[in-house]
Amino acid sequence: MNSSVISVSELVTMFGQSVIHDGVNLSVRRGEIYGLLGGSGSGKSTLLKEMIMLLRPASGEIRVLDKDLSTLSVDEAAQLRRRWGVLFQGGALYSSLTVEENIGIGLKEYTDLPVTLIREIVQIKIEMVGLPATAARLYPAELSGGMIKRVALARALSMDPELLFLDEPTSGLDPVGAEEFDKLILELRDILGLTIVMVTHDLDSIWTVVDRLAVLGEKKVVAEGSLTDVLANQHPIVGQFFKGARGRIRSQHGK
Amino acid sequence: MTSCQADAANIVFDKSTDGSITLTSSGSWTVNALDNVAAVLEQAVKKYSHDIICWELSAVERYDSAGMALFIHYYDQLITQQCAIELIGATQQHQDMYRLLRRYIQEDKTPAPALSFRLLQPLHNIGKASVAFVQDIMAFLAFVGESFISFLYAVRHPGSIRGGAIVKHIEEAGVRALPIVALTSFLIGVVIAYQGAVQLEKFGANIFIVDMIGLSITRELAPLITAIVVAGRTGSSYTAQLGVMKITDEIDAMRTMGFEPHRFLVLPRIFALMITLPLLIFFADLIGILAGMFISHLHLNLSYTEFFNRLQTVLEVKHVWIGILKGPFFAWLIAAVGCFRGFQVSKNTDSIGRYTTMSVVNAIFLVIACDALFSVIFTELGI
Ligand SMILES: Nc1ncnc2c1ncn2[C@@H]1O[C@H](COP(=O)(O)OP(=O)(O)OP(=O)(O)O)[C@@H](O)[C@H]1O
Ligand SMILES: [Mg+2]
Repeated sequence: MNSSVISVSELVTMFGQSVIHDGVNLSVRRGEIYGLLGGSGSGKSTLLKEMIMLLRPASGEIRVLDKDLSTLSVDEAAQLRRRWGVLFQGGALYSSLTVEENIGIGLKEYTDLPVTLIREIVQIKIEMVGLPATAARLYPAELSGGMIKRVALARALSMDPELLFLDEPTSGLDPVGAEEFDKLILELRDILGLTIVMVTHDLDSIWTVVDRLAVLGEKKVVAEGSLTDVLANQHPIVGQFFKGARGRIRSQHGK
Repeated sequence: MTSCQADAANIVFDKSTDGSITLTSSGSWTVNALDNVAAVLEQAVKKYSHDIICWELSAVERYDSAGMALFIHYYDQLITQQCAIELIGATQQHQDMYRLLRRYIQEDKTPAPALSFRLLQPLHNIGKASVAFVQDIMAFLAFVGESFISFLYAVRHPGSIRGGAIVKHIEEAGVRALPIVALTSFLIGVVIAYQGAVQLEKFGANIFIVDMIGLSITRELAPLITAIVVAGRTGSSYTAQLGVMKITDEIDAMRTMGFEPHRFLVLPRIFALMITLPLLIFFADLIGILAGMFISHLHLNLSYTEFFNRLQTVLEVKHVWIGILKGPFFAWLIAAVGCFRGFQVSKNTDSIGRYTTMSVVNAIFLVIACDALFSVIFTELGI
């Protein structure tokens, strides 16, 4: 079996006439935390959406968990979808369901576990992502921005998927919350062997949790590899990204 | 001995002759493979208390958090039933996962609501609904007050009136509604003429069809039918438009930038509809009478000239005016209710649908109630 969980090759994406990706190549290995970086509008969320079959690329191949996404049957697609969890940039919680129902909906629909147990699992996830237990009964409209992120994460984790896609999970969290989040991600990866693809601008996360990363720019991947590899890259976009003031402070402090 | 065979997760329990109990779990304890295990453990928990249990774990390949939560759930339950449990052969992953979940498990569990509370639930609901109804009315009055203040402001500062928006709403609510208003009022004219013709023919009083059509259409039917069409078409769209703006925080953004929502969103809509509806009613009058004339000609052999002559003598112009004058009142009700319900939309997608429905139902009810009030007033006044 191929050790890469996701491989994207020669991907081209267009919205009407505007080209967003023009020949993107990257691969994510099993069990790693993979960072997707790039400026605003560089097409990170779009790339993520293509990996989870919400968008079809204009051309190119995407393989996820050893399946070619362009040739899947409806059943295969449905099965594949259950093997990953997604945290959307804006949360995308179901606004008519409570926090508890949002998190438990996968368990409720796809398993026959007793209701009490589902509630318990949901309660654990709520605690895990650092929400107060009282949040369970609230509706998404009654949550703060950071709480929405946490609920979305809990929902993405609810089925313990082998593959996790996170679009800016720590944006909108306070620094303490972001650090706890990073710890949780690492712990889950170590215990459950998850593979995680995350879009992030958070330099702390990039330093502490990301194993390998790709920097998107100029419609391509301008650098891919471990942080040291990427930092060694001379491409100006990479330079801007890491050698700006904030990046410098962080690299002085080291890991 | 009881056992079950799940897809992958499995548990067997076994009571030996000397009374010691062994639970043996195996397979992969992951979320999609747990269903039967839960059922078997449920039985075990019912059966055993104050027992000594050996739980053999070494054959479990893997846990995910659902699997571990299930393990902890039944483990805790057996412990509370005074069982002594010895765990054998827990893997490293078992221990890691166990520690991870333990950290996040809540000790106190809120009990289910008591039975007496559930029996009282209907009363509780009635009470809540009544309070909500009163609050609704208060909120509507507050809304009306607020829009009246911005109306006064507009009167004192005519330059602040959003002419462009008014024109846009007139086009949306008026010009685009012409086809449907024409169609409905034509059909109403046809129905009245047909029904009337059948009855009047019996008495040979064919010519009175003109009185009937002329009066009923202009005074009652055209205003009412047009208002109902407009409530369904425009009232609902006002609610949905404002509701979406509420959900996307646009209304808050407008407030912070100093654009009073009442001045920018509500007044133009109310003005536009108050101008549009009387015009639409006049249009409906024409089409309705035309339809009646057409049917009378076909059915009662009444020539167009006869119809016109009779119409001129029986249809005093005040009847037409009365019908048209109802327009602004109906329009105000429809637009105010539509905007009010739009502002009530809360941040979830269900509520748009709920409030849009409410806005149409309320508007139609209020229009009919208002029409009844007019009838009483006009009768008392003798007009
Ligand atoms: N549905 C769409 N129709 C047209 N253009 C789109 C659409 N979605 C995204 N785009 C364009 O694609 C580009 C990439 O958008 P994308 O959301 O992937 O950016 P991003 O890298 O995730 O940025 P950010 O860091 O701000 O989230 C942008 O230029 C955007 O305007
Ligand atoms: Mg994005």
